[in-house]
Amino acid sequence: MVGLDEARHSLKADIAVRTEKLNLWYGTFQALFDVDFSVKRGIVTSLIGPSGCGKSTLLRCVNRINERFGYVRTEGKVDVLGHDIYAPQVDLTQVRSRVGMVFQRPNPLPVSVRKNILFAYQLHHGKQSSKAEADTIVEKALRDVLLWDDVKDRLDRLATGLSLEQQQKLCIARLLPVKPEVLLMDEPCSALDPKATETVEELIWNLRGDYTILIVTHNMAQARRASDECAFMLMGEMMEHRRTEDLFLTPTHQKTADYIEGRYG
Amino acid sequence: MFLATELNLQNYKVQGRWRLLFLVMTVLLILPVLVILTLLVVRGGGAISWEFLSEFPRNGMTEGGIFPAFLGTIFLVSLALVFSVPLGIAAAIYLSEYAADNWLTRAINLAIINLAGVPSIVHALFGVGAFVLFFKFGTSILAASLTLAIMALPVVIVATRESLQSVPQAFREACWSLGATRWQTIRRIVLPNAISGILTGIILEVSRTAGETAPIMFTGAAFFLPFLPESVYDQTMALSLHLFVVSTQVPNVPENLPYGVALLLIGIVLTMNALSIGFRVYLRNKKKW
Repeated sequence: MVGLDEARHSLKADIAVRTEKLNLWYGTFQALFDVDFSVKRGIVTSLIGPSGCGKSTLLRCVNRINERFGYVRTEGKVDVLGHDIYAPQVDLTQVRSRVGMVFQRPNPLPVSVRKNILFAYQLHHGKQSSKAEADTIVEKALRDVLLWDDVKDRLDRLATGLSLEQQQKLCIARLLPVKPEVLLMDEPCSALDPKATETVEELIWNLRGDYTILIVTHNMAQARRASDECAFMLMGEMMEHRRTEDLFLTPTHQKTADYIEGRYG
Repeated sequence: MFLATELNLQNYKVQGRWRLLFLVMTVLLILPVLVILTLLVVRGGGAISWEFLSEFPRNGMTEGGIFPAFLGTIFLVSLALVFSVPLGIAAAIYLSEYAADNWLTRAINLAIINLAGVPSIVHALFGVGAFVLFFKFGTSILAASLTLAIMALPVVIVATRESLQSVPQAFREACWSLGATRWQTIRRIVLPNAISGILTGIILEVSRTAGETAPIMFTGAAFFLPFLPESVYDQTMALSLHLFVVSTQVPNVPENLPYGVALLLIGIVLTMNALSIGFRVYLRNKKKW
């Protein structure tokens, strides 16, 4: 039985996230229509489309953060690593330890840099056994996001006092100690200036391989230069999903072509 | 070039008149406060002394101090806080952090706001019916504090809810997306950032409760007692009622005595308010986002 399960798992191992016939309503407004979408493991996939097309909603289905609103209804299937995360026995805390999320506006918690990093770790593992262990976790996470040299002398200062760029990197760093599989990013650079955007994009590109990254962006240049695959959504439907360069060079849908050429948005 | 036209000048004139109106209104508002304070200090300042604070009233309350009333007010207010603060904060946390946003929650919120507007004499009568008679606490410190607590509750709830809601939603989202439960989010992020507002609300509530007369006069505050209360089932004197009594009910009271009581009462209230402001400034400087 276990063998069979593992075999099935390895077959699907190249897919990190798969949605099937995913429909979602905010009250009576339908935001997603039968979305079938697969995200390959270990690469960066970007989601583009005009405002209100459902790309953020789709992203938010993957860690079930939509549900905090009582009026959201979801139908269909979302598999993460081959397991349906909407199944009744699924524990939300476990989902969120495997699927991390980075928000549009950097939202470090109003505690020290160190506590920001340790917060999620302690939620999922209890208190770490020693200060040395905590220090190792903090340093590793901050090094992974290229922030260690900037903040190593102010680990005990409030994280909300960092620059926006550093805050956003910290928001990525705090996800890493719990070893997530998927990182969801909802326009992670839209609050940053061009220089900061560049360094955060580089960081995202560096994390590729170790993590599966799904990124929503309004910035088509960003999708083009910093993603392996790209999906275009319109009015709650998945229009097309291909390798990024193919999508931008030879879009199959007229709507996609119009959007990426900036004829609407 | 760049000279005011007729229309510009007209606009400035109108603007000047409105400004004058608002200024006059502000002065009218501040004036009574200043007059009251000055009057109290001038007429009652002489009454304040160590004997005044530490002795019992003597000679049909025309001489001596106000010690039992002062102590009684402290008893009543502290006990009212013990009842209302934990209950109020817990209810506010439930309403603001857990309850779904539906018609029932909104109805409850509306009811709480309306409860805060119920006249204190109505609370007093409720206290008589519920605590003095039904629960058979008699006219006692317990009944009076519970009545004050009921009166204070909506204000504690509203103040707590407002400070909880002033904590940015982004922090909660961040916590939830990391896998925190509601309680972990509240305990570790929301409460530490809301605590200054909650405490400010409570301190302001103390100052309001200390001055209330109606809710305690039928439920536990006494006209005059020659001894201090020994348990929560005894009656007590209280500053606010004492002020009422020496101003209107007792003949031949020297003029400076009621003024002295009033000065003391207002002094307590102002001290509490100042404390609350200072405390808020201190806590606000500590947090940043």
